Amino acid sequence: MSEPILSLKNLETRYGQIYALRGISMDIQEGEIVTLLGANGAGKSTTLKTISSLITASAGSVTFNGREITHLHPHTIVEMGVIHVPEGRMIFKELTVKENLELGSFTLHDNDIRKQRLERVYGLFPVLGERQQQMGGFLSGGEQQMLAMGRALMTEPKVLLLDEPSMGLAPLIVNNIMDIIRQINKDHGTTILLVEQNAKAALKLATRGYVLETGEIVMEGSAEELSKDESIVKAYLGE
Amino acid sequence: MQQLFNGLLIGSFYGLVAIGYSMVYGIIKLLNFAHGDIYMIGAFSGLVFLSIVSPYIGAGWPALILGMLITMLLVGLLGVFIQRVAYRPMLKAPRLSILITALAVSMILYNTVMLLSAGRYRAFNVEISSESFYLGALRLTETRVVLIVAAFALMFIMHMFITKTMYGKAMRAIALDRDTCQLMGIDVYKIIALTFFVGSALAAAAGIMAGVYYGTIHFYMGFLIGLKAFTAAVIGGIGIIPGAMLGGLLLGLLEAFGTQIPFIGTQWKDVFSFAFLILFLIFKPNGLLGRSESERM
Repeated sequence: MSEPILSLKNLETRYGQIYALRGISMDIQEGEIVTLLGANGAGKSTTLKTISSLITASAGSVTFNGREITHLHPHTIVEMGVIHVPEGRMIFKELTVKENLELGSFTLHDNDIRKQRLERVYGLFPVLGERQQQMGGFLSGGEQQMLAMGRALMTEPKVLLLDEPSMGLAPLIVNNIMDIIRQINKDHGTTILLVEQNAKAALKLATRGYVLETGEIVMEGSAEELSKDESIVKAYLGE
Repeated sequence: MQQLFNGLLIGSFYGLVAIGYSMVYGIIKLLNFAHGDIYMIGAFSGLVFLSIVSPYIGAGWPALILGMLITMLLVGLLGVFIQRVAYRPMLKAPRLSILITALAVSMILYNTVMLLSAGRYRAFNVEISSESFYLGALRLTETRVVLIVAAFALMFIMHMFITKTMYGKAMRAIALDRDTCQLMGIDVYKIIALTFFVGSALAAAAGIMAGVYYGTIHFYMGFLIGLKAFTAAVIGGIGIIPGAMLGGLLLGLLEAFGTQIPFIGTQWKDVFSFAFLILFLIFKPNGLLGRSESERM
């Protein structure tokens, strides 16, 4: 196997005295879609926040493209091409759709390229193009998720960290979002780390997965293996 | 008509100071009590600059405009410096701590100027024609016309900056959600510093303009306008920049017309303003352009 694009080594994160991550390690290859499964409070979102440096790791390291990024500022990590789409989309509700997207390309200093990227995001999500002058807060849940993803794509990320993109969405829209994630991965070779409660949808999309329980990785394997594993079926697939 | 013009002129000073007040509140939720003193420092810096250059280039419009630009730059940098040493270390502390820090900064600033100016009123001498002329029923002087045009031009530039540039958009976004801004690759501390620069520069500009308008300046001149700017920011909806401009103009007009009411002389002007502040806080605490209820200091 070649050098992984994103690699976590014995990563530990604490909230005060409480451990949220107890030394997790994972390697993600370029172009993969990897999913991170686990119950509420297992540390899935914390993992993503630690990678994007919103939370500082207390021990261990995060390496991107061979360079350690553990203690860099969040904005530097964004400039390097690792983009985090947070849980609950976190769009700017009182800014327009277009302004939201433009802010996604804040690190870009060329207005022509910004316009091209806007057009491309509108191509991928036509509904955003139709509503570009509306306030972000007026969009439906699915549209807000599209906006959050479109905003992340404005930087042409190398690695996309997606936190619960299907949360609170109708099944039909979940399928739609999952298709778009697959398309982003296929068209641009974007590496994707997907955190999901909806294990069924996630395992259909991903090539590999990790299972997180109270801050530790308890299982890893290909999506196929995981979706056949009895304990996973019982705990997350509910069949 | 005359009162309308006067109100708009004074109101535009309030508005320029209120912009900085409101921006800082929006972005780090700090009521920056030192902001009025920044306005005062602007007036004194302008005076110092004019007294240095007037032997060479006089104290007419060219010197004044040059002085205003240089003062805006220097006072803007002072604002960034204060932000860096006084407020930034307190950003993660409880909000009351940073508020008290702002009070301390205010005292340091006006006491310093009090010592340097020996606590006296200083004449703000400029060589500008004070001859008045009439436009219909409106009595104008060259100074007043230039001042009001300059004040409105600054507000317009500010508005364009906030709505059209990426930095302006980033400022508005930080006011909404700081963490998410970091995920956009925005260096939040840099934008906060920029906010202080812009806010302080505008207050300094207003300070010089007030110096030209009133003819004298004093180390304590920032106190009252700080409160008025706060009032203006609340009227417009604190944290909202167009609101600060609107609130400032409205407050200026209220004062100009309010003092025309029989039995309420000009000496009641401030009472009038602050009575309005109280009314707004009771009946429309989010201000004219304010939106939903949010946590307030």
